[in-house]
Amino acid sequence: MSERDQEVRLRQRLSGLSRLPLLRGVRVVGESERLERQLERLQADTSDEAIWRSVELARHQDRPYTLDYVDRFIEDWVELHGDRGRSDDGALVTGLGKLAGRTVAIIGHQKGRDVKERLDRQFGMAYPEGYVKAMRVMEIAERFGFPVISLVDTPGAYPGVAAEQHGQGGAIARSQAEMARLTVPTVACIIGEGGSGGAVAIAVSDRVLMQENAIYSVITPEGCAAILWRDAGEAKKAAAAFKPDALHCLELGVIDGIVTEPEGGAQTDHDEAARRLEAALIESLEELEDLSGEELRRRRRAKFRGMGVFAPASPVQRSARSPA
Amino acid sequence: MSEARIDVQVEHRHAPPPSQTKHPNTCPKCGSHYRDDELEAALWVCGHCGHHFPMSARTRIDWYADEGSFVEEAADVRSEDPLDFFDLRPYAERLAEAELNTGLGEAAVVGQATIDGHPVELSVMDFTFMGGSMGSAVGEKFSRACDSAIERGVPLISVTSSGGARMQEGILSLMQLPKTVCAVEDLHDAHVPMITVMAHPTTAGVLASFASLGDVTIAEPGALIAFTGPRVVQQTTREKLPDDFGLAEQNLRFGHVDAIVVRADQRAHLVKLLRLFS
Repeated sequence: MSERDQEVRLRQRLSGLSRLPLLRGVRVVGESERLERQLERLQADTSDEAIWRSVELARHQDRPYTLDYVDRFIEDWVELHGDRGRSDDGALVTGLGKLAGRTVAIIGHQKGRDVKERLDRQFGMAYPEGYVKAMRVMEIAERFGFPVISLVDTPGAYPGVAAEQHGQGGAIARSQAEMARLTVPTVACIIGEGGSGGAVAIAVSDRVLMQENAIYSVITPEGCAAILWRDAGEAKKAAAAFKPDALHCLELGVIDGIVTEPEGGAQTDHDEAARRLEAALIESLEELEDLSGEELRRRRRAKFRGMGVFAPASPVQRSARSPA
Repeated sequence: MSEARIDVQVEHRHAPPPSQTKHPNTCPKCGSHYRDDELEAALWVCGHCGHHFPMSARTRIDWYADEGSFVEEAADVRSEDPLDFFDLRPYAERLAEAELNTGLGEAAVVGQATIDGHPVELSVMDFTFMGGSMGSAVGEKFSRACDSAIERGVPLISVTSSGGARMQEGILSLMQLPKTVCAVEDLHDAHVPMITVMAHPTTAGVLASFASLGDVTIAEPGALIAFTGPRVVQQTTREKLPDDFGLAEQNLRFGHVDAIVVRADQRAHLVKLLRLFS
């Protein structure tokens, strides 16, 4: 695909998004000026460097984590610990709190700031216990009608012996299934690394947002390079090939909107990053509030079932890809 | 066995060292060697040590389904290359090569069949097509199999054999996890049973999505069933791995599968389950 085609497709996607009745939000998706500028950046700078910059910013050690955001815009925060079976997983925090005056359930990956905390929280890589805890909180949310907010920031699910023995694959599958069953509004935002199954496990949501410098990918650039290039040092090449940046995810229809960050990245100004994320989350919840539970679930499943590019394309996909 | 071959050994001073890779018909566990027809007659199981060789999707369908009952669906679905992916070779080239080598359009074959008279929907993966990896086309085929099972109100039998999501499709391959999970949830809502047979290997993205959501799950002996394979676990964590790490036997012990069923008994086991769910 030439760059020109890519640009055309992005433009179509942009216009398609602005036409969707549900996405009237200006700050989330519409902030058209901002997107226009990103479009220009794509035209001007489709280089591998730009993608790699996203990878580096998404992993920046000063980037705000879930609890930094919770501190800034969730009131009456009560963290809920433990999966009621085996343990409490520090890599995935869950709890209840108020967002814009309304009780919401929060599920988010949490990396650590210092060495000790990083080890305690396994660098944000959850065990199956973390996903079981998330499902427990989703059930509470479903019972009491609380919207579920997921903040995704993980290199991937924990790859260890105990994690396998405790059923990592099954836990990730069931967490997605739980999300596909919910009848409450759900919004996810990738706030750093959206690493593979460990990320999507809590991101089967009505609205999936991504911060400007977040990445969302099927495998880490290093992992991909090790397998396909047989050299983990080729991570930059791998990232350029599988395009984990927010703009490409939007173009491919994987996410619904991009949340802007302060100039230079979210790590430069946590307060401003939090303000923008808060506004985007509230906006997304407002978009969903008029829909019945059944309708939410129907649309959510239809959205995810429509994902992918194959031949021959389904009628739905064809109409989505060509301008009306 | 297509053509007659005469093996001539030529002594050569500069002969390359003997190949480390074994012939596909040599049992990796005990070293017994078989002709194709011997393995075929034994359902591709080593008669000496019981090792289960990989079984192609077509062979398995011919064996599970009543003769002549299989009608393939979604046979025209093919992968595209949305990212223009290029690693050491272009993705498009890898796809074409896989199709030529396997005679399959994708890493999954789906369709209607009867088993001992019971109407079912079959979704069978084939590891020889790019490691059974799941891209958009595999996700779509599995989802359509769910829809077909719902429409006809018949159980879905899903055989998995996959290294995980197909990296060459980037984030879209990851999205096949929630896509297939949503398809299974539609199946659950319609009260249509799903029986999963996990063959070697069922790993990563496939294990973390539809493979783990069967109402009843059986595994083949010795199959690797793990989200993260032993090599990566070892490299990342430097943990000492138990001997049976990630194998079907360990998964049974830890409660992740309902039973391990040897190949010769699988058909009868499935028929019994179909009777129970009918």
